Amino acid sequence: MRFAVIQFPGSNCDQDCVHALQVLGQEARLVWHQETKIDPEEGVILPGGFSYGDYLRCGAIARFSPIMPAVKAAAGRGQVVVGICNGFQILCEAGLLPGALTRNEGLHFRCEKAFLRVETPASRFTSHYVTGEMLTIPIAHGEGCYRASPEILQELEAQQRVLFRYCNAEGQVVPEANPNGSSHNIAGICNAGRNVLGMMPHPERCCEAEMGGTDGRGILLGSAGIGRKI
Amino acid sequence: MKMKAIVTVTLKPSILDPQGEAVAHALQNMGVKGVQSVRIGKHIELEIEGGEEKALRAKLEEISKELLSNPVMENFHLDLRAGG
Repeated sequence: MRFAVIQFPGSNCDQDCVHALQVLGQEARLVWHQETKIDPEEGVILPGGFSYGDYLRCGAIARFSPIMPAVKAAAGRGQVVVGICNGFQILCEAGLLPGALTRNEGLHFRCEKAFLRVETPASRFTSHYVTGEMLTIPIAHGEGCYRASPEILQELEAQQRVLFRYCNAEGQVVPEANPNGSSHNIAGICNAGRNVLGMMPHPERCCEAEMGGTDGRGILLGSAGIGRKI
Repeated sequence: MKMKAIVTVTLKPSILDPQGEAVAHALQNMGVKGVQSVRIGKHIELEIEGGEEKALRAKLEEISKELLSNPVMENFHLDLRAGG
């Protein structure tokens, strides 16, 4: 499958995403934020970084980039849209995902490996995993504290749209395992149509053994519509 | 007529402000006593060509809701006055 990896001024994980997708046998092209077209067969990746220097709020300015109407249209047509880190923040600002990402509790920029618990295999993004499976995926963010109204949180839980939660090394979802203070230890969610994923951890940084892990492969392969090989 | 709009954006009371807490902590280290809490927000000034005040106010409300603040986590206060 081919992916359009959107480059905003200040994106810095765009090349990593292209590389990881190519390692996984997928096609990827870089799309500058001033462009206005996404092909109907493409997946879309909003990569990590600091679009527009995080001015005003993370993702607040990128949301108004010329490419965004095409991204919204693609999401509306059911095409895969994946927002990683700053991409997750942009998806929330753009209203493609509910809630908002605020300053980490404790103020620290957290750059480390995080343990994630897969909450459900019922999405293309998690189809490679089983419920309760534990993944080790790097995080690197200062504003990843997920917040939403109690009604939205309830809806996300009821519809099994929380795909990943921060957990400890034993796979338990406990407050001490929460690196940023996110409500319900949320690390990644999807939209109601289950074709838009937003997550703070970086699956593209762990797709090769020599990069320290391969736990992110399933997320990107699943995004490409490739099922698990048994 | 030139108008000046001042938009003050603050975190909703339910949203934790770690930045404010860090400043409160620094104040304590400074030896300042009696500060109960610190909340940090944004002060945004816009100079605009004035028009009919009601329409102008409506436009500024929209700008504040759509871009200057994120209604999920922030409130805003709009102050419109004459002069640049």
